[in-house]
Amino acid sequence: MSKNSVLILGGASDIGMATAHRFAESGHPIQLAARNVSRLEAAKTDLSVRHNVAVELLELDVLDDAQCDGFVASLETLPETVVCVIGFMGDQSESETNAPAARTVMRSNYEGPACLMAHFANAFVARGNGSLVGVSSVAGERGRASNYVYGSAKAGFTAFLSGLRNRVTKQNVHVVTVLPGFVNTRMTEGMDLPAKLLAQPSDVGNAIFNAVEKQKNVVYTLPIWRLVMFVITHIPEFIFKKTSL
Amino acid sequence: MRLSGWGRFPVVDTDVSRPRDTLGMTEALSREGTIAHGMGRGYGDCALGTEHTLITQHLNHVISFDDTTGVLVAEAGMTLADVIKCFLPRGWFPAVTPGTKYVTLGGMIAADVHGKNHHRDGSMAACVLWIDVLTPDGHVHRCSPEHEQELFNFTLGGMGLTGVILRASIRLQRVESGWIDQTTVPAANFRDAMAVFERSADHTYSVAWIDCLSRGASLGRSLVMLGEHAPVSALGPAEHADRYAMTVRKKKSVPVDFPRFALNKWSVTAFNTLYYHLGSRQPAQRLVPWDSYFYPLDAILGWNKIYGRKGFVQFQCVLPLAESERGINALLDAISNAGAGSFLAVLKRMGQGRNDGIAFPMEGYTLALDFPATPSNLKLVARLNQLTADHGGRIYLAKDAVMQASQFHNMDARSERLRAFRAQRDLHNRVASIQSRRLEL
Ligand SMILES: Cc1cc2nc3c(=O)[nH]c(=O)nc-3n(C[C@H](O)[C@H](O)[C@H](O)COP(=O)(O)OP(=O)(O)OC[C@H]3O[C@@H](n4cnc5c(N)ncnc54)[C@H](O)[C@@H]3O)c2cc1C
Ligand SMILES: NC(=O)c1ccc[n+]([C@@H]2O[C@H](COP(=O)([O-])OP(=O)(O)OC[C@H]3O[C@@H](n4cnc5c(N)ncnc54)[C@H](OP(=O)(O)O)[C@@H]3O)[C@@H](O)[C@H]2O)c1
Repeated sequence: MSKNSVLILGGASDIGMATAHRFAESGHPIQLAARNVSRLEAAKTDLSVRHNVAVELLELDVLDDAQCDGFVASLETLPETVVCVIGFMGDQSESETNAPAARTVMRSNYEGPACLMAHFANAFVARGNGSLVGVSSVAGERGRASNYVYGSAKAGFTAFLSGLRNRVTKQNVHVVTVLPGFVNTRMTEGMDLPAKLLAQPSDVGNAIFNAVEKQKNVVYTLPIWRLVMFVITHIPEFIFKKTSL
Repeated sequence: MRLSGWGRFPVVDTDVSRPRDTLGMTEALSREGTIAHGMGRGYGDCALGTEHTLITQHLNHVISFDDTTGVLVAEAGMTLADVIKCFLPRGWFPAVTPGTKYVTLGGMIAADVHGKNHHRDGSMAACVLWIDVLTPDGHVHRCSPEHEQELFNFTLGGMGLTGVILRASIRLQRVESGWIDQTTVPAANFRDAMAVFERSADHTYSVAWIDCLSRGASLGRSLVMLGEHAPVSALGPAEHADRYAMTVRKKKSVPVDFPRFALNKWSVTAFNTLYYHLGSRQPAQRLVPWDSYFYPLDAILGWNKIYGRKGFVQFQCVLPLAESERGINALLDAISNAGAGSFLAVLKRMGQGRNDGIAFPMEGYTLALDFPATPSNLKLVARLNQLTADHGGRIYLAKDAVMQASQFHNMDARSERLRAFRAQRDLHNRVASIQSRRLEL
């Protein structure tokens, strides 16, 4: 009866927490990795009392190379599924002029998450199974003036996940790419976003759960975003460059 | 941000914050004119701050649960839907529940809600062991019937006006299944319905749906619905397979605002007639899932939109037992004469109230009805409030959006007590809702 554990990288985020609840509801033990993980004690108790599952907290800063590279080896149990929710939007105007700020955005959304996923992929290949879920963003589908530093790093992450899927699929390791549009989280709090395009964290959590169960490859949340992005990516560049989306 | 209660009337502009921890709560409550807001299922303006509204959405962690006693400790923003989802499959159900599960523990406590078992088990206060109340000075008071009793009493039913409830310890009840053994009894008029209630006093749950447009000899004709938690031995094979009735039934939702004319006198008459006949032809007794017994309206998400953009108001009063028959007939007469047919009219026998604070329930009958918020209906509700006062009754603050301060002060002692308590603790301007300002609390 006891199920295998699910590790959430970026467990303090709203999307990470909603995903943890969805898996815990189905009886999976949960591992939450985050910075300053002690602040997640209340969330840990909540998860374990609500769903009667074991919950473990793990310290992780994806910008810390040594921690990142030693992370898989440091785990007592290798999870069945890893969901990487880590990301950092930063401030676009600051990223335009301040190289260290831009670098942090690039590293937090691409370098760190991609290197971590690579470590897990290798461990899963060695074991012979596992699922990897990377939360990227529709912002990576086409660079826009309003957030291209973040978007370009997400584009890198999306491409990385696609290549990784192509490489490990024959070895029984499944890779899911999640492309959220707008999600109502701490990241977007206070922004005025259109309700029809705005997902709740639980929508993303459910989508991730279903994608793992049904071995989907690329999921958009909400599904309408597939259409929205189809249109956006097909606007000819000579028009697109003049728009402000 | 534009915010309203469940009735979508009134709609006001208020700053909004959604703190994530106690520190954030403390900061938020230090702002003048702040009120707590749970799921916004209060109908009127009780959860709208005069300056700033503190939404408890992120304050929703379970802190502990004791499987042997059914005692749950949780943060106040946890919803009842979540409580049921987590603990019913383990054999525990809320000891008191309102007619929707989309409420928070904090909202249930602040309104001191009553359920269909009020005549036997009392209001929310009966199952609250203790609460932590944050006051604007930054203190957190753990209060209970034994400790800081005054704050406890004024917070239960105090409509958020004593501070923000952060955490609560509540007792759940043991149930053998998630099925309700429901018996429907048709009643030809209000006197008949009362008789059914009076002889059903030992049933755990009872409530009646009233046809408000019936007149004359059939004034107050209704369907009384009695219920018991079904023991496992009463379940058939189909129910057995889903012992706690947790199978999710598909929800319908109301996607757009209904135009105002959808809800006129004729459609309401039709609805009521249909309901009455359907009901009386049904097998009198059957097993129904907890969700459809307690929360029939939850199956239609966003049903409050059927009243259209301008919203609606709810009238709910309780009348003392001795005055109930005369009083309710007077109210039904007034409604019937106005032809303002109400989509929802619910009648219920209440048991003894708590006489120590500002709670709404008292021994007698409570009547609740919805009206579209038209100028003529607002006048009607004011008239119904007056009739309630004339018969020694009380108005339920969780539903009220229109009562005048003077009316409230003349009606019952709750107003004076709450006002004095708030003055003594200097809460008057600091913790304030549009309702408290309207009622001069
Ligand atoms: C369909 C429907 C059926 C209902 N049936 C019943 C019924 O049968 N019996 C009954 O008693 N009520 C009933 N109600 C009313 C409902 O139970 C109450 O209004 C309840 O208070 C709503 O809870 P909420 O979390 O939505 O609170 P809100 O509507 O957000 O707030 C209600 C009040 O509680 C206060 N409050 C909320 N959270 C806190 C907190 N953490 N600390 C301090 N104060 C707080 C607010 O300031 C406000 O005064 C019904 C409502 C609906 C929509
Ligand atoms: N919200 C949206 O509209 C939206 C849209 C598309 C994609 N996404 C993506 O969805 C994911 C979750 O975002 P969210 O909306 O839930 O916002 P969020 O709360 O800001 O989540 C981002 C998470 O990443 C963590 N993180 C950032 N840098 C880190 C680092 N160096 N090491 C470890 N963890 C780090 C953050 O941890 P701390 O708590 O320690 O800061 C935070 O928990 C992100 O990848 C985001 O890009 C969001």
